[in-house]
Amino acid sequence: MAEILVIAEQRRGDLIAASLECIAAAVELKQQGDRSVAVCILAPSPQDYVEQLSAAGVDEIITIEAAQAEFQSDEFSATLLSLIEQRRPELVLTAHSIDAWGYAPALAIQGGFGYASDVFAIRYENNELIATRAGYAEKVHVEVDFPGRTTVLLTVRGNTFKPVEANGSPQLSSFETKAISARSTHEEYIEPESGGEVDITQAEYMLSIGRGISEEDNVEEFAELAESMEFTLGCSRPIADNGWLPKYRQVGQSGKTVSNCSVYLALGISGSVQHMAGMKHVPNIIAVNTDPEASIFNIARYGVVADIFDIAEELRNHFE
Amino acid sequence: MKILVPVKQVGVLDEDFELRDDGRDVDPDYLEHELNEWDDYAWEEALRLREEYGDDVEIIPLTVGPEEAEDGLRKCLAKGGERGIRVWDSAMEDSDPMAISRVIASVAEREQVDMVFAGTLASDHGFAQTGVSVAGRLGWPQAAVVSNLEYQPGASTAQLRRELEGGLEEVMTIQCPAVLTIQLGINEPRYASLRGIKQAKAKPIEELSHTDLGLSDDQVGVAGSASRVRRMYVPEKGQAELIEGTSAEQAQRIAEIIKQMQGEA
Ligand SMILES: Cc1cc2nc3c(=O)[nH]c(=O)nc-3n(C[C@H](O)[C@H](O)[C@H](O)COP(=O)(O)OP(=O)(O)OC[C@H]3O[C@@H](n4cnc5c(N)ncnc54)[C@H](O)[C@@H]3O)c2cc1C
Ligand SMILES: Nc1ncnc2c1ncn2[C@@H]1O[C@H](COP(=O)(O)O)[C@@H](O)[C@H]1O
Repeated sequence: MAEILVIAEQRRGDLIAASLECIAAAVELKQQGDRSVAVCILAPSPQDYVEQLSAAGVDEIITIEAAQAEFQSDEFSATLLSLIEQRRPELVLTAHSIDAWGYAPALAIQGGFGYASDVFAIRYENNELIATRAGYAEKVHVEVDFPGRTTVLLTVRGNTFKPVEANGSPQLSSFETKAISARSTHEEYIEPESGGEVDITQAEYMLSIGRGISEEDNVEEFAELAESMEFTLGCSRPIADNGWLPKYRQVGQSGKTVSNCSVYLALGISGSVQHMAGMKHVPNIIAVNTDPEASIFNIARYGVVADIFDIAEELRNHFE
Repeated sequence: MKILVPVKQVGVLDEDFELRDDGRDVDPDYLEHELNEWDDYAWEEALRLREEYGDDVEIIPLTVGPEEAEDGLRKCLAKGGERGIRVWDSAMEDSDPMAISRVIASVAEREQVDMVFAGTLASDHGFAQTGVSVAGRLGWPQAAVVSNLEYQPGASTAQLRRELEGGLEEVMTIQCPAVLTIQLGINEPRYASLRGIKQAKAKPIEELSHTDLGLSDDQVGVAGSASRVRRMYVPEKGQAELIEGTSAEQAQRIAEIIKQMQGEA
């Protein structure tokens, strides 16, 4: 029976949510045909995660005790390569996480696997694997296949598959990590700077500005607008990278997730995957953008094709 | 001491576009091209090392792409560097990042470079895959999403910071030679001077084909790829309700919606 192998990941002791989503994707595929699902976890104390990983539909959990305390790409590649070569799964799923960006392509090269990154749909058609990802700044979708590959490795986009709620009772097994001489060494973590009073993860109403504001001098008028609306000011990454607003106001993958937000007014933000990672769950997204094709409109509840400066000027009259 | 910087001329879609007849990509007539934003930062990082450590450091931009990709190389050369490399021929059409990485790795070997600085991701297809694949091919260590770098050209290690999720960073020491994928914000890319732009026009760009690199036909293009595009399509639009009218009307509607939502809350 063909196997789907999920590579689960943890950081600093916490399983990442996206790993549970990968399990959900695997279980969904299993239901389409005669396949089994195995989940492996490479961590210093891999047993700690067994309970969380024991979702209904998972047949086996493989614990691998890591020699390195933190993610190390050589250890991951070498160990997973030997695991995959031993088990020969037809499909390997892992989260499209930053750690996966750091080793998964090299692993695919070493193993000669088929590979696609950031996929958000996976299916079999006549027993042939087809994965869907996005292209041209999320404006098109692309279906890819993997002719002639016996194993395919896919990294799966976050917040796409819903974790399986029911528990199962998978079989347990273990695997030895590969002894390697690590060519890179983790030294320490640096915590993100805190925003003191401002915690955008708690904000209910947000006004976020993106590169559409063009210049630093324009930040002020949007900050004032946000204040008069009693909205919390947020931004996309270029605004923080330029130093126009502090990093703790940045929404997205490398910034914050606005978990408590109910209304998100996005001004001049295109809607990159990395920005959306922090806000696409918000129920009421109102997006203003001059480009009618901007991908932010695909997730917004209300779309406004207009110049943000005109809209901001008019909005002011309604919130004084 | 050489640093290779692979740069991509990314395709940006026109507002209205059509697909190619085979349905596997956009008709190139509807694409504009620009240098991938991340590569601007990678090139800046190389420029800085050259400025700091002098002429012993050679920095080379490389692009894998057809003629229009030359613009990206000129854009880099306008800021510094003496020469560029462009690899392309018709057998390379529809190469995926795995095939592209084979070409980049071959150039790295041919030029005997000491480091490769790629971009973290290219904004067109967002693979975030090519740089680390190059490391896999070369058998070099790699670090992805590098947000700070302390490296003295020729040194056996570099210290860097990787940017992780949620703004967390990791400090790491890596053995060199290595492939690093450079993240936005690591530096502030300079603007090219008019003089630089003029000078760049005269800088040599070596044009190579896959056979010049000793690669066979089945190592590039679709045959040399780890995935193949079956079809491209425009997804159904989301549920966004469009708010139309003059900007005064649009703003009024936005204000109403917001006030209504706050009232409900
Ligand atoms: C590992 C990684 C992590 C990242 N993390 C984050 C993150 O946490 N947060 C984040 O935001 N990004 C993040 N990014 C960057 C991300 O890929 C994009 O580069 C970024 O989100 C783009 O920001 P933007 O939408 O403001 O700019 P752009 O994509 O340049 O969009 C600007 C938009 O403004 C519109 N516009 C221009 N002028 C006007 C006007 N006058 N009126 C109306 N509209 C106008 C344009 O049509 C365009 O759609 C990350 C990238 C990587 C690789
Ligand atoms: N065709 C190409 N030519 C040169 N470099 C490339 C090419 N495609 C990708 N790259 C490099 O790989 C990085 C990441 O691209 P990607 O993996 O496509 O997201 C880019 O920033 C470039 O450094």
